[in-house]
Amino acid sequence: MRRVRWNAPLVTALAGLGLIALLGIVAPLVLQEEATALSGAARAPVSAEHWLGTDALGRDVLARTLVATRLTLEMTLAATAIAAGAGILLGTGVWVSGRRVRELGLRLIDVLVSYPALILALVIATVVGTGPTASVLAIGLGGAPAFARLTANMAASVAQRDFVTQARLMGVPPYRVLVRHLLPNIAGPLLVLLSVAFANVLVALSGLSFLGVGVQAPDYDWGALLNSGLASLYTNPAEAVGPAVAITVTGVLAGFVGDGLAAALDPRARDTKTAPAQTPAVSAPSHRAPADALVTVDGLSVVLPDGTRLVDEVSFHVMPGEIVGLVGESGSGKSLTAMSVARLLPEGLSAHAAQLTLDDLDLAAPVVDPARLATGIGIVFQDPSASFNPALRMKGQLTETLRVHQGVRGAEVDRRAVEALEQVRIKEPARVVRQYPHELSGGMRQRAMIAAALLPGPKLIVADEPTTALDVTVQAEVLDVLTDINRRRGTSVLLISHDIGVVGTVCHRVLVMYAGRVVEAVSAADLRAGRVKHPYTQALLAASPRLQDTGAAERAPLATIPGRPPQPAARPAGCAFAARCPVALDTVCATERPRLIDDVACHAVRQEVPTA
Amino acid sequence: MTSPPYKLQVEDLTVGFGHGRRARTVLHGVSTGVRAGQTLGLVGESGSGKSTIAKAIVGIHPVRAGRVLLDGADLTGLGRRELAAVRRRVQLVSQDPYASLNPRMTVGQAVAEAVDPARADARKHAAAVERWLETVALDGSAAGRYPHEFSGGQRQRIAVARALAVGPEVLIADEITSALDASVQAEVLNLLEELRRSLSLTMVFISHDLAVVRHVSDEVAVLRHGELVEQGPAHDVYRAPQHPYTRSLLASAPTFEEPGASHASAEAEDLEEKEEAV
Repeated sequence: MRRVRWNAPLVTALAGLGLIALLGIVAPLVLQEEATALSGAARAPVSAEHWLGTDALGRDVLARTLVATRLTLEMTLAATAIAAGAGILLGTGVWVSGRRVRELGLRLIDVLVSYPALILALVIATVVGTGPTASVLAIGLGGAPAFARLTANMAASVAQRDFVTQARLMGVPPYRVLVRHLLPNIAGPLLVLLSVAFANVLVALSGLSFLGVGVQAPDYDWGALLNSGLASLYTNPAEAVGPAVAITVTGVLAGFVGDGLAAALDPRARDTKTAPAQTPAVSAPSHRAPADALVTVDGLSVVLPDGTRLVDEVSFHVMPGEIVGLVGESGSGKSLTAMSVARLLPEGLSAHAAQLTLDDLDLAAPVVDPARLATGIGIVFQDPSASFNPALRMKGQLTETLRVHQGVRGAEVDRRAVEALEQVRIKEPARVVRQYPHELSGGMRQRAMIAAALLPGPKLIVADEPTTALDVTVQAEVLDVLTDINRRRGTSVLLISHDIGVVGTVCHRVLVMYAGRVVEAVSAADLRAGRVKHPYTQALLAASPRLQDTGAAERAPLATIPGRPPQPAARPAGCAFAARCPVALDTVCATERPRLIDDVACHAVRQEVPTA
Repeated sequence: MTSPPYKLQVEDLTVGFGHGRRARTVLHGVSTGVRAGQTLGLVGESGSGKSTIAKAIVGIHPVRAGRVLLDGADLTGLGRRELAAVRRRVQLVSQDPYASLNPRMTVGQAVAEAVDPARADARKHAAAVERWLETVALDGSAAGRYPHEFSGGQRQRIAVARALAVGPEVLIADEITSALDASVQAEVLNLLEELRRSLSLTMVFISHDLAVVRHVSDEVAVLRHGELVEQGPAHDVYRAPQHPYTRSLLASAPTFEEPGASHASAEAEDLEEKEEAV
């Protein structure tokens, strides 16, 4: 289980509840006599002798309130246990039973929940009778359906996960599935639920006693004390205050435990260390990009607040009308590099660069004119179903930039939207602009996304894994549309993909990234022909199974790369690939970072050149 | 050489969901099979029903019509007891290595559960756990750690180890390398091929990645909209696809070949084969 992160409300509330529990144990032992002794002064007001006065029979109210702690807590715990026990058993049990029992059980919970808990409890109380045991049963059973409903919902999300299915396939008995797989994975939220239920049960039990159907004299709990205190509310208000305060404080403390637990168990609430961002020393411009390059990136680093570089001094350029691919495995920094160009880094990350420009637009400046940014760069994201708002028609979403930043109005908006959809080869564009995103297929949505990116007439399209969520035939269509637009309109494209086949097919030039650095820049023709120099690129090509016969023996093992890429924080001073590299040199590779010279960042390759 | 007998077959398998007006059929009478010790590749696009076949075979999805045969014996219509015994003979490894392992159980417990579903005592079965972890090239010390301490590829290997620990005769791999990086995918594919040989496993390998399926399969079955459009030996299907849909699938896959080159080479190979046959 995740370690609980202690926080102030949780600690305070737990300490408070502990104190009350201690009172519940000690008070009856010490104050029992005082609580039942008749002082002779009935309904006496507050005095030094009786801090909260006395009741109708002249007994000390403070002593009675303290003594009542034990019965109240015992009843509350017992009733909470019944509610939770029955509820959790029912709520999780349905998810390990067969299909029919599950359907029936869920409907049963629905029916039970539709009865208000307190009314259910009152009915049970009248049937079972009065007294502590009866109240506990009534409130416990009355609270069970709500518990069952909540646990059933939590269990549902776990029960449909793969590991539960796997356990069933392996023949794990249902009871074990429940104990081993379901309960541990909902334990956190259940704890929170328990503490909240404790507070609710306390109030409900006190309510029953207060109404006179709960604890009966000579027994007394806080609710019963409140009841007798009400009779003398005008003569001695303090008599009611004692039990009222006790109920309120205990209830609030239990609620605090719930809040505190929720915060302590929430991984997102983890306090982020906000160390002052270290601005990396930006090295002097090293990358000589052609003067007419559209995008120039020089010495770009993307940095975490603690100074860790996720992208480490990356330099490249994109020419007008060029499709450049960024390829690499997960964690290589390809998406962060592209998102720095689009100024769309996730919160907490910052980009630093010697130069980061689109034409004459400085993308590294603290503030960039949003209109110029929105019209200069179009973006296509990976998941076309997540990138459109499902509640709005396509037209409004396609033309947002046009309307907001370019002031296009009226019929012109319609005309441009239809035209853009035509360009991405969507049939019946006039009908599609009036449709909602869910009415389009995945491939159509992704082409519509490209249309939206194209509408303001950007010079650059950043496409982040645009076809990863699509089927191969649909992928081929979408890639075709991208290349077609590039050819006809001259729009440059920065294409991010993990698929070396995709970048090799579509791009003019490909940058291979590894562990936050560019290790090689290669033309697509060379990539297709396997003419790559960097040992990592070579290994990556060898690891990919081919569709065509390669001449290799049938089902010969694929080449693998031993080890794993280094974590960004543990990137070595030298070449990041050195530890896994078959040709690493003892002399420099581990100590000196290779610069990208002649399109390859590798000491070993450069040494081989003269001898070859 | 005579072909080995079919280990696992489905006959006229029809699977549907929902009732009344919302009912829809996902598989329309699919018949296919895999021979003992071989690998059947199932390819198709999303919605083609390839995962549905897997889930119907292991009993996650109810079968509306048709039969599932293991060693010639029908599995549909078995009672709960008989089914529980049969289920362990066919194991499924699924796509997402992050969802298929219980985050609150150590790797050792997960593998021990596969060995002994009732107890799952990692200490009692320590020797078996270590052996299976070593089979998938993981250190024995991995047993005491939790799934989140492993990378995606390592977790997928743990999932394979767990499925193998059950001692299945058939392993169904449903998109098990889709979530993995290329270099890690190569590791998992190599491992599967090695295990298939050493344990003489029969495998069904489901993937949308045509190149991967080609690499691992003896036979390939192509599915579209819940129907089988083509099946045959892998090299035949890839060299000379018969169905237009298979051809369009193959043509859509991004390859390094120059346009046109792939057709030419395929034809050349066809000729070679014919000559060999003569």
